[in-house]
Amino acid sequence: MNCIIIDDEATARAIIGQLCANVDSLNVLEAFPNAMQAIKYLNQNEVDLVFLDIHMPDFTGFDFIETIKNPPKTILTTSDPNFAIQAFEYDCIVDYLVKPITPERFQKAILKAEAATVTTSEAEEPSVEKVEGSSGNDLYVNIDRRLIKIDIPSIYLVEAKGDYILVKTEEKNYTVHSTLKKIEEKLPDDLFLKVHRSYIINVDKIIDIEDNSVLIKKDVIPVSRSNRPELMKRLNLL
Amino acid sequence: MEQPNLSYIHSMSGGDEAFEKQLISIIKAEFPEEKSVYFKNMAEKNNKLSADNVHKLKHKISILGLEKSYDVAVAFENNLIEGSTELQEEFEMILQTMTNFLEQL
Repeated sequence: MNCIIIDDEATARAIIGQLCANVDSLNVLEAFPNAMQAIKYLNQNEVDLVFLDIHMPDFTGFDFIETIKNPPKTILTTSDPNFAIQAFEYDCIVDYLVKPITPERFQKAILKAEAATVTTSEAEEPSVEKVEGSSGNDLYVNIDRRLIKIDIPSIYLVEAKGDYILVKTEEKNYTVHSTLKKIEEKLPDDLFLKVHRSYIINVDKIIDIEDNSVLIKKDVIPVSRSNRPELMKRLNLL
Repeated sequence: MEQPNLSYIHSMSGGDEAFEKQLISIIKAEFPEEKSVYFKNMAEKNNKLSADNVHKLKHKISILGLEKSYDVAVAFENNLIEGSTELQEEFEMILQTMTNFLEQL
């Protein structure tokens, strides 16, 4: 599991990093001293697990979870045992570790995170590969043998993820077994644009554009050099 | 007075002596900074910020195996949240004991 550590205390980051280093299945990508830096990182990187301190100045661990649209599996790390009940109100939280964290308790938490990961990926795996098109403003996607209707204008981003695509809408995100090329054919050209080999965006949902990236909702999306002229052409520039 | 020890650090390092040295050096660098912010906030009678500082210092108290002192820190943190500085003297003695211990490492 690819993981990140968020803790304002350098000592805690070092300890959690070392505990992770002793577990073969964990790969620490980054450690952050505050939640804001981690949020920026998560906008551009896929992470399976977050070790998250609750008690941080300015922006707490709970603020962090509420800010992220789809928070990864999270293990809380804290010196305060009093937040346990509040912690389990969040679906993403798989365990709650009170500092100082012992290797034995850490191992247990990782087993829980691994079990939660398997359950989630099984539940989300679609049974049919095809993305079905439909007339009008709707697109039907096949997930778990159910054809789910998505309102096309509500889609703001489609991201390629290996054999899957992640369709992000105002309401919900959908992981569908399909390709970016297939969904591109189903989406109206006047609304959607492929800005990178891994991303299709809804041009109406752009918040701003900076150099080689666009901000859509909270996602910063790269724009390839070859796709930038077409994007600029589509904008109503003053 | 309860004395600090390295039992926790030895137990979690998995025998990695290089990591133990690195962790002690991080603690030696971070502890004086946290302590200094705590004393500044106490001098300014900012109990809320002082409570935050005590909260963070608690972790290092527990890392150095000071179990009874940890309980004092928890009680002192709660006192500060409620606007009282009771246990300040005891807490600051713990900080001094930790300072002396870390200086010897």
